[in-house]
Amino acid sequence: MTSQTSAARWGATIAPIALAVVVAVVLLLLAGANPLESFKLMGEGAFSGWSKTGETLMAWVPLVLAAAGLIITFNAGLWNIGIEGQIILGGIAASWAAREVGGSSWVVVPAAIIAGALGGMLWALLAGVLKTRFRVNEIFGGLGLDFVAASLAVYLVIGPWSRQGVASTSGTDLFREEARLPTILENNRLSLVALGLAVAAVVFVFYLMKGTLFGLRLKAVGRNPRSAFLLGIPTSRYMLGAFALCGILAGIAGSMQAIGFHFKLIPAISGGYGFLGILVVLLAAFRAAWIAPVALFFIAMSRGSTLLDLRLDVDSALGGVITGILVLLVILGGGWQLRRLKRKALA
Amino acid sequence: MATATTEEKGTGLILGATWSEFWAAWGDVFTVASLGSMVAASGPLIYATVGETITEKAGVINLSLEGSIMLSAMTGFGTAFLVNNVLIGFLAAAAVGAAIAALIAFASIELRLDQIAVGFVLTLLAVDLSDYLGNRFVGEAGPAVPAWPIPVLSDIPWVGEILFDHNLAVYGSFVLIGVAYIFIYRTRGGLELQGIGERPEGAFARGVAVNKMRYFYTILGGALVGVAGAAFSLDQKLGWREGSTRNLGWIALAIVIFGGWHPIRVAIGAFLFGFLQVVALKLQPVFPGLSQVLPSIPFPMMILALVVVYTDWFRRLGDRYPRLRGILAADPPSGIGVAFHPE
Repeated sequence: MTSQTSAARWGATIAPIALAVVVAVVLLLLAGANPLESFKLMGEGAFSGWSKTGETLMAWVPLVLAAAGLIITFNAGLWNIGIEGQIILGGIAASWAAREVGGSSWVVVPAAIIAGALGGMLWALLAGVLKTRFRVNEIFGGLGLDFVAASLAVYLVIGPWSRQGVASTSGTDLFREEARLPTILENNRLSLVALGLAVAAVVFVFYLMKGTLFGLRLKAVGRNPRSAFLLGIPTSRYMLGAFALCGILAGIAGSMQAIGFHFKLIPAISGGYGFLGILVVLLAAFRAAWIAPVALFFIAMSRGSTLLDLRLDVDSALGGVITGILVLLVILGGGWQLRRLKRKALA
Repeated sequence: MATATTEEKGTGLILGATWSEFWAAWGDVFTVASLGSMVAASGPLIYATVGETITEKAGVINLSLEGSIMLSAMTGFGTAFLVNNVLIGFLAAAAVGAAIAALIAFASIELRLDQIAVGFVLTLLAVDLSDYLGNRFVGEAGPAVPAWPIPVLSDIPWVGEILFDHNLAVYGSFVLIGVAYIFIYRTRGGLELQGIGERPEGAFARGVAVNKMRYFYTILGGALVGVAGAAFSLDQKLGWREGSTRNLGWIALAIVIFGGWHPIRVAIGAFLFGFLQVVALKLQPVFPGLSQVLPSIPFPMMILALVVVYTDWFRRLGDRYPRLRGILAADPPSGIGVAFHPE
């Protein structure tokens, strides 16, 4: 019995992955590319040499930060779709600090990161207050705030913070050297500060959800807010706490994008990592321990398919298609397996 | 403005434009041509919002609109381009929207998965898929819905020119508003539709096949969302390029809420958005940058609408004037987003 169920579980895990690979092969063949060569190129695009690996890791950092934040809100039963806006506000606030705060790196960089965290937190709390105080569903309130944040970024880039004489959406002036994350290699954006923050975020969230009373109560709020409330947990305050923590991590992700990757504010400062982070957390089944590898896989697919685009003229959206299909199949497979187990239990 | 210099104050500037420029731009908004283009531009939004209203009335949230519209716009144009037939393009687009909706219904009803999760994943997947599969159609010129001014009616000055000098895709959106309203509020089937969204248990007890009906209305709503995509790529912004319908789906979702799940108010919301677009277009030379900020306007409006309708003051308004209740009602269907299991 147990061996049978564990076999079924393995099947439910491997079948979606196998199917996603099949879909990828079919899509590549349709585009007239050799699948084996393509997969090799994708690996090269993500990890060949320090320059590529460094870029991949610097893209990985904000995705991990966003996913770590989302673990908290998901466990509180909240769909924090407003995370894109929280990352953008983090990027905006960090850019403000990078532009306005003087002095050496030791002053400006921490100031920008803290500003980013506060900006993200503020935007998340807005969605939280709309939810807890005004009963506006967090999905729609968050979506609304995403758009407002995106417009604010565009407005700043082409308005008050536009480059001297040119109002273009390509971004603000580059920040000065002291306002950028310190790097460790020549001509490479890889920064130990960024990597350290990402690792710290994963450890923090893992510990928060596994080893603290706050995490335990938050899960209770997520599972059943009514009975949690009746048990004496102030649900609104816990939800706001989850929003605030997620906003802080999202805001730091935005500041990494601004001072560690683009070195300026651009309209697409979020990089879409908020929405992508939701996929990461869904694929990681809401477990903090899994987000780091899953996020690395997502970034590798996306960066790998960029090289595929350059070399074989296969559209770079392929990476997104493959990861999207994989997440969909894993979710559907999980539902299918539960249904079978239930049927068996009934029979 | 706090930062305005004394020189600017002297010439009566608002946000860097003179008052006369500002008023002249407003004059341009209320011309037959721009109001007519507003009506036409609202077409895709009306198909999408009314379709989603029907789906949500049945108690299912199809969150995938952003992706559904994008993929069906690509499919609609691509198919019409390949077979050189607009109608087949529309059918293909409707099929794409219906298929995505069917997947959401299946995942929710049969597999008991979260509708939001599945809808969200499908959104991102469909956007990437439209990008990947639509590559070969980028830049191609294809067929479009032919213009067809309605005889007699389009000759009416002003009103006729604004409303009846379009094509079948636009007239179809008018018809859809009326049909959806009459069906939902004036027929037995519409009553059932409301029942399965509001009180699925009650509807089930009265012998309504709740989940079968939910399948039906989710797929029907999804097909309309697909039509919205084709109405965009074959009538509004002709052709296909990556991200062609960007944000249309999110805006449609916002408008459904803004319209309180009522097809006529939802349609008004869609027209209002079309109006804002025209305003922004005309004011753009006066305030450069406004068009960049515009897409976000429905969202603060939607949030504000939601905040207002949940206040006690607004609730009491409905109690004091019961006749207004039909117009004021703005609660989501109470069974929305929750799967129904007969056992």
